[in-house]
Amino acid sequence: MTKEVSIVDLVKVIRSKNAGPFELTFDIIFKDKLTYEKVKKSKVITKELIAKLYHIPIEKVLYFVEFDPANAIKATIVRPVDSGSIGETDVYGAQQHAPLLGIKIPYEE
Amino acid sequence: MKEIRVLSPVGMLGYGFPAESFQKGLEKKPHVIAADAGSTDAGPHKLGAGVGIVSKEATKKDLTLMLTAGYEHKIPVIIGSAGGSGAEVHLNWTLKIVKEIAKEKNLHFKMALIHAEVEKAYLKKKLAQGKIKPLGPVPELTAKDIEEATRIVAVMGVHSHIKALEMGAEVIIAGRSNDPAMFAALPIKEGYDPGLALHLGKILECGAMASTPGTTSDCMMGYLREDYFIVEPTNPLRKCIPSTVAAHTLYEKSSPLHIIGPEGVVDVTGCKFEQYSERAVKVSGSKLKKSKTINIKLEGASKVAYRTICIAGVRDPIMIKQIDECERHVRKTVLAYFNDISPEDYRLIFHIYGKNGVMGELEPQKEITSHELCLILEVVAKDQELANTICAFARSTLMHYSYQGRIATAGNLAFPYAPSDIPTGAVYKFNIHHLVEVDDPDELFSIEMVEV
Repeated sequence: MTKEVSIVDLVKVIRSKNAGPFELTFDIIFKDKLTYEKVKKSKVITKELIAKLYHIPIEKVLYFVEFDPANAIKATIVRPVDSGSIGETDVYGAQQHAPLLGIKIPYEE
Repeated sequence: MKEIRVLSPVGMLGYGFPAESFQKGLEKKPHVIAADAGSTDAGPHKLGAGVGIVSKEATKKDLTLMLTAGYEHKIPVIIGSAGGSGAEVHLNWTLKIVKEIAKEKNLHFKMALIHAEVEKAYLKKKLAQGKIKPLGPVPELTAKDIEEATRIVAVMGVHSHIKALEMGAEVIIAGRSNDPAMFAALPIKEGYDPGLALHLGKILECGAMASTPGTTSDCMMGYLREDYFIVEPTNPLRKCIPSTVAAHTLYEKSSPLHIIGPEGVVDVTGCKFEQYSERAVKVSGSKLKKSKTINIKLEGASKVAYRTICIAGVRDPIMIKQIDECERHVRKTVLAYFNDISPEDYRLIFHIYGKNGVMGELEPQKEITSHELCLILEVVAKDQELANTICAFARSTLMHYSYQGRIATAGNLAFPYAPSDIPTGAVYKFNIHHLVEVDDPDELFSIEMVEV
């Protein structure tokens, strides 16, 4: 049976952080290998999804990588403003992950 | 078995660490004690204004434990990115603290100061030679950027740290350094695999962060052997598991597959993370691909404006519904009233917590569901006086704006502070984030030996 599962129930870590002053990086680290492989197979989390969730053109998603040794998916985007510059809202970039928490994964039991 | 041991007491010098954890680390007989003292994380202000991120007392407390242990056990102590940003002013600040400690504890050692601040004339020459390129999503560098920067530092790799060790340094206080450099320098000097050494450095630079429960304020021990390394927190309450160490490998980096530094790129694609013992993790497979040319990262900050802020709460539901209209009215009124001032000379920014204060334009949720809002009226202007003037005017305009349907006619804002307006001083920006190609890192980093 396939049902939709909230990503929050599948992960150990979802976080955002500066990767240098000009980029913002997201780490999604899954509970275990099996869960990670299932999510990867579902192909729900993509570069396109990241662009959509943050309302940015896809060129601003600089990296999108599945990192098997950590059971993790990682994406890096261009920061809206460089860290600490005029217009900043989050100098460390540590509270920009919330839109990722709404991701739903079709999941086979 | 060939093994070198590296002790990282803390993820940021001055964050503090338990003396018992440190003692447990010393019992493992480390060959070097190293710590990172800087970061660009807290924004461009530290580099621009020449200030630190931690207090002098906190730095002194951590350094006292480290220097005393290094002296007693006759092992080198290496501090990188001294003072927060690793420019001259930061280096001198740290040097003063080291001298105080040495005097109070009667310690004597040979110390290397490694300078990392870059001269503008040198950089202009490099720019003219076409040797400078952008690092990440930043524009091409111009001579004007170099001129406008209040301070510019170059980020050193293991090269300069190794050189200082070869010159007999027992303590190294280094300017801006690539995070893993302090931890990887001695192992690479002793002939250990540089890919593994730099990957180990990347794990150790945050203290016990790669353990669970993770923290930067505790000690981590690294054991580097021929073709793998082991990491283990010294505090028995914490442990490393493969997922915490793997997760830390991707922390704060653009791509998880490569750790990029002045030595080249450490490829971790084929890395293996395995449980080695109850609290220790074994890592193998990290490989350094040396770059053909030597490219050193440059960081510069320039002063761009002065800031004044005003913090206020809004609780009236009729006003909350019209908060966007209130913002428009204030903007329009400010523009009209200061029609003798160029709009280029200032900027008015509304931070509206409860709406999109945290995420700004990235916020996907458009509807306000909160019963109260926090506003920060921010004005940045070409000088402090103008920032103060415009902030005061914007504040009083918003306080008394008669929005549609207003029945609370006494005032629209709840100020938690008197005075309501707070001048916060100069605003900086990272205006240099580039790579410079050099023939020899010594062009940028000079070593000064000091007898303490």
